[in-house]
Amino acid sequence: MLHSSLTHPNSLFGQFDRLHRELDEIFGVAGMPTSIRSVATGTLPQINVGRTSQSVEVYAFAPGLDASKIEVTLDRGVLRLVGERSQPAPGNERQRFYARERSTGRFDRTVALPDDVDPEQVKASYRDGVLQVSIARREAAQPKRIAIQ
Amino acid sequence: MSKEITQSGKTQTAVDSASTERAVTPAVDVFEDETGITLLADMPGVPHDQLELHVEGDSLLIEGRVQPLTPNGLEAIYAELRAPRYRRSFTLSRELDTAKIDAHLKDGVLTLRIPKQAHAQPRRIAVTAG
Repeated sequence: MLHSSLTHPNSLFGQFDRLHRELDEIFGVAGMPTSIRSVATGTLPQINVGRTSQSVEVYAFAPGLDASKIEVTLDRGVLRLVGERSQPAPGNERQRFYARERSTGRFDRTVALPDDVDPEQVKASYRDGVLQVSIARREAAQPKRIAIQ
Repeated sequence: MSKEITQSGKTQTAVDSASTERAVTPAVDVFEDETGITLLADMPGVPHDQLELHVEGDSLLIEGRVQPLTPNGLEAIYAELRAPRYRRSFTLSRELDTAKIDAHLKDGVLTLRIPKQAHAQPRRIAVTAG
């Protein structure tokens, strides 16, 4: 299977070497198995997911959002990110557009999270156009003492 | 917050090492009205101190390094954005006044306003009678 590089300053971007990149084109993105609930690559905003021993970090690169309209929900291991960017207000009618590449409108993306996340410990923030969601991973399963009544 | 623009009259050697890093082309909206050009570029993840704007001659270069907050020991397991840098350059036409570029970066959107040179702006010419 393909692996990403570990603990590099750019580790969030997965410095795949050329071979990995070519295989990526054929087989889709490495690492997370695609889940039926995860939207395929090619939609916006772009999402990167990283993991530490304590947490899973989801980054959605979504500039210019109205922060009050962002919705983050976590339901049965599936993280859902909803947001909206309105079209720029039309200027005066003497404006001419030379390029109009930026997306506008509403997005709704889901990310299937690994099984060991704790849905009670989720934090989300929006900074520099990145919606970052941090979910703590459960402590390694410890045998629990069950009290006998 | 506005941003300083560097103007250089020589080749951009400082930028060369950075330009060997893989970069993503940011999506832009460009529109013009009678007083100048407005450019909006999507550069999510670029904080204010990682944005660079260079003007050399009639060429404008926009670069930004993506630096989201990443905890120690973060390992990527899924990446749609594959390069930590945005880069795009534009050729500016002569009537634009590159010394007066105004730049603002907010929520990952760079807004540049490049006015036309004063002499290129439409002016009404008063006609005296008689």
